[in-house]
Amino acid sequence: MSGGDARPPSKPPAIGPEQVAHVARLARLELSDDELTRFTGQLAAALAYAAEIGELEVGDLEPMAHPLPLQNVLRDDEPEPTLDRDTVLAEAPAAEDHRFRVPRILGDEP
Amino acid sequence: MNGAAIALAAAVRSGTRSARESVEESLQKIATGDHEIHAFLEVLADQALERADEIDRVVASGSDPGPLAGVPVALKDNLCTTGIPTTCSSKILEGWRPPYDATVVERLRAAGAIPIGKTNMDEFAMGSSTENSCSGPTRNPHDHDRVPGGSSGGSAAAVAAGFVPVALGSDTGGSIRQPAALCGVVGMKPTYGVVSRYGLIAFASSLDQIGPLSATVGDAALMLEVIGGHDRRDSTSLDAPAPDVLSAVDAGVEGKRIGLVTELVEDTAPEVAARVREAAEALESAGALVEEISIPQFRYGLAAYYLIAPAEASSNLARFDGVRFGLRVDAPDVAAMNVATRTAGFGAEVKRRIMLGTYALSAGYYDAYYAKAQRVRTLVADGFAHAYLRFDALLGATTPTTAFGIGDRTEDPLAMYLSDSCTVPANLAGHPAISVPFGGDEMGLPVGVQVMAPALGEPTLFAVAGAVERAAPARAGGTA
Repeated sequence: MSGGDARPPSKPPAIGPEQVAHVARLARLELSDDELTRFTGQLAAALAYAAEIGELEVGDLEPMAHPLPLQNVLRDDEPEPTLDRDTVLAEAPAAEDHRFRVPRILGDEP
Repeated sequence: MNGAAIALAAAVRSGTRSARESVEESLQKIATGDHEIHAFLEVLADQALERADEIDRVVASGSDPGPLAGVPVALKDNLCTTGIPTTCSSKILEGWRPPYDATVVERLRAAGAIPIGKTNMDEFAMGSSTENSCSGPTRNPHDHDRVPGGSSGGSAAAVAAGFVPVALGSDTGGSIRQPAALCGVVGMKPTYGVVSRYGLIAFASSLDQIGPLSATVGDAALMLEVIGGHDRRDSTSLDAPAPDVLSAVDAGVEGKRIGLVTELVEDTAPEVAARVREAAEALESAGALVEEISIPQFRYGLAAYYLIAPAEASSNLARFDGVRFGLRVDAPDVAAMNVATRTAGFGAEVKRRIMLGTYALSAGYYDAYYAKAQRVRTLVADGFAHAYLRFDALLGATTPTTAFGIGDRTEDPLAMYLSDSCTVPANLAGHPAISVPFGGDEMGLPVGVQVMAPALGEPTLFAVAGAVERAAPARAGGTA
């Protein structure tokens, strides 16, 4: 096995099943019991690896969000054609009256 | 300069070969070989032949169809193509037909190129083996029991198998260069902002960049000149013309200062390291000044990447909610529909990354993980900046190992992530990088040598890559 596959020393899992279940809810995913167990182990391993950078002294460095020193770009305020509404709605799971159709958003009673 | 696409376009433009013949040959090879390789998700036979006839009519009328006249190209399936299914190898986008073309697709068509099909990939470009595809893995043309790398594995395999001379992929942490190395082809990631991302389905927006895969460095240069340059529809597109790189390929490396990066040699398998050192010696013989340099910051790049990329992905993939496109799994209310759709539509690796990213961004962990990773990103960029005070370009391995077996790393996501350790630094900094095939290991599996250059250093990058290509030894196993 090559040096590139060398593992950092194992660290205690930083994340447990309860936290994984919480994160899944935030991300709108549902996990089976099997998945919860498997993902917890895998995420703990990934986070233990990522925790390597925790030891670095980088407090005085600017966080880098993006490779380019970009500024907001505004186009001229002139009307121009956009995508055709019917073409876009034709690819939606459900549409009605020129709109995306979704199931009930609020509870039964208004 | 040699190149299958360059030669083909020249023959079509001069009328010595028809675009139809070129497309028929490509379709024939796909029909014979792709049931074994599975590089393509969709082959556009009728459209491609129709387009070929149009191009032949343009030539017959005395006009010029463009620099890629009649050249068949394969497109990674995260590039939007009007009316043609674009799935990202995900169940959540099965059957979705985009209402517009990606800018790169528009530019290829305008240059006379002929899209021949959509290629297999790791779902939403998350993976290093093309095994995370809802339609099954692509196989490495050099050894069908091995992976082609990923996530642009279908595009790399299509070029390696000779189905097409050129293809497009996308590279977020190495997804063009790593499969190119494992399949023995050229793969190039441009400077961030050189190629428009309009119509590329986003994975991690501050890292994603589209680029070419090809059999030769010259063909990659031609492709970059066609797809590069400013696009007002991408706010991160640099306001500059496409870099002038074709003329650089044969320019040579006389007097160029090239740094051999210790970390990108020592942390690789012995045979990979040996090929990289041979490439460095070859560049020295060609007149370059080669010296070794250690950039220890590179060793932290991967950990930062696997926080930043999932964080951005968790936000980008929130748009797959069952409302506007693709799959919907019905449920009594919207929130339950969102959950049911995403749970059924995303594969395991995509779920892992979304959760990893959500966790890294969540209250209480943001500073420890995400903010820290962004500072480490600065650290890696500083490592490059320091090295480029002394060097014009950097050299190292593209991958820690040659192609691994199908199934070898699927149960251990972290082992899979480590496949990207050599390629991630260039993405974090936004710099251009290219993988060039350079011999092989004992089993005849291809080895890729990586050249990196500072932002907008594409001409230097292609000059060094051209010199590496001219010095490359034959592989024991021969061609695929």
